[in-house]
Amino acid sequence: MNKVIIIGAGPSGLEAAITCREQGLDVLVLDEYMIAGGRLLGQLYEQPDGTWWNGLEESKIRYEKALELGTRFLLNTPVNNIVQTNEHWTVYTDTESFTAKHLLLATGAAETPVPVPGWTLPGVMSVGAAQVMTNVHRVKPGNRGVIIGVNVLSTAIAMELKLAGIEVVAMTLPVNSQVTNESSQPKEVMNSLLHVSHMAPSKFIKLGSRLMKNDFMKNMGVTFFPKTGVKIWDIPIQLRKAVVEIYGDNEVQGVIVATIDSKGDVVGGSEEKIKADFVCIAGGLYPLAELAAVAGCSFYYSEELGGYVPLHSERMETNLDGLYVAGNITGIEGAKVAIAQGKTAGLTIAHHAGIPGLEKDIQTSIESIERARDKAYIQFHPGVKKGKELLLAEWQNRLGE
Amino acid sequence: MKQRIIDHPVLGKIEERKLITFRFNNKEYRGFEQESIAAALLANGVRTLRHHEENGTPRGIYCNIGHCYECRVAVNGIQGVRACLTPLQEGMVIESGGRLPTTVRDWRSEDE
Repeated sequence: MNKVIIIGAGPSGLEAAITCREQGLDVLVLDEYMIAGGRLLGQLYEQPDGTWWNGLEESKIRYEKALELGTRFLLNTPVNNIVQTNEHWTVYTDTESFTAKHLLLATGAAETPVPVPGWTLPGVMSVGAAQVMTNVHRVKPGNRGVIIGVNVLSTAIAMELKLAGIEVVAMTLPVNSQVTNESSQPKEVMNSLLHVSHMAPSKFIKLGSRLMKNDFMKNMGVTFFPKTGVKIWDIPIQLRKAVVEIYGDNEVQGVIVATIDSKGDVVGGSEEKIKADFVCIAGGLYPLAELAAVAGCSFYYSEELGGYVPLHSERMETNLDGLYVAGNITGIEGAKVAIAQGKTAGLTIAHHAGIPGLEKDIQTSIESIERARDKAYIQFHPGVKKGKELLLAEWQNRLGE
Repeated sequence: MKQRIIDHPVLGKIEERKLITFRFNNKEYRGFEQESIAAALLANGVRTLRHHEENGTPRGIYCNIGHCYECRVAVNGIQGVRACLTPLQEGMVIESGGRLPTTVRDWRSEDE
């Protein structure tokens, strides 16, 4: 029997596996993808010190270290169900089931789909799909793309596509509908864009982000946002236009964009075509927490954290015995935070498995999560710190009941 | 494999990997062993992986992480295999699903 099972071989799962192995625990890691690394695999950006964060390399280093330490991996293995019986967790896959006393859910995040007319055409894909094809598989998703959805993730990936020699002809919003909600509101998007402003060489965005500290200024910013858009890394970002349709006979041939007012409503007669051979849809990330729900975890909703997350302690424990969480299942943040959380979860598991003298290490590790959060280069939500504080307060509150 | 990114300014030259042969809809293609079927087909410029069972519209990859099931194909006779999660192997025979001969009936009007 395994002492520890970890579901997810992304940054937090790999770090937790390394930590548990260093404490001498038997570890089995399951992941449905064929390569270990999760969402870390595709990441590629220049850090403030001028070095590159190469997710492919970072994943490989951690995977190889975990292997060297004797971690067992089963890649290409989706988990269907988890059940707690007699103080053990049973994990079901297509072919076999596994049991362990301690189970870590490090399932990460998935992208919110944004339905746009024509989005089922071949050549339309999530922005994360384009990222993995480009940086991991080294395949161009196309030669000339349009990105629908302007947010932290899509802005970073637009730059990565460009780096690989793929033309991005426009980044724009989806047309306002019941399902697109805030992602089609220019004001909301402008608000979130402010948090990538430090990555942008464009004077408009840099200057704009300093001016737009309150809602009034943000509204003004949208109103005066040039109709032709601004450029980041030479990619036109258009907040005054929205894609109303993706067109093409048997695959993507382009998009129809229309001018929108500051509320996100289409100005009739302003439709025009932009030719493209691929389209990326970027609806942002949400925590992938189904297995925690299946297990019966208590949940907490937090807009700042990206949606419903399993209620958890700062030591990464859930309210169920032997069930732990780490990484983006606990809220949408960068890989460095996920790594620190993975280490904390690993130490907490080792502590519960009876290894003495870890208290100080656990405290240090919890502090390192906070430090990684404070230093994060890419922040997915400006209120993530507040979201975490509220979640912790809720945890303590419910624990007291 | 015209869509392959050979040189990259930060990631460098593409890693040398074993090239293998596979078939998709009765045509022969080459791809890297163990890469995803979806990546191998996209590298060959193939985007349509199936046609919708009911309305026959063409479909390709969407999420690329196994969640949306848009990329399902038949591999060596087994249906419903996700191209984005399945590693490519020598001699694989991959086929698209298509529109089914019987249309899906809408029962609602009869029941209401």
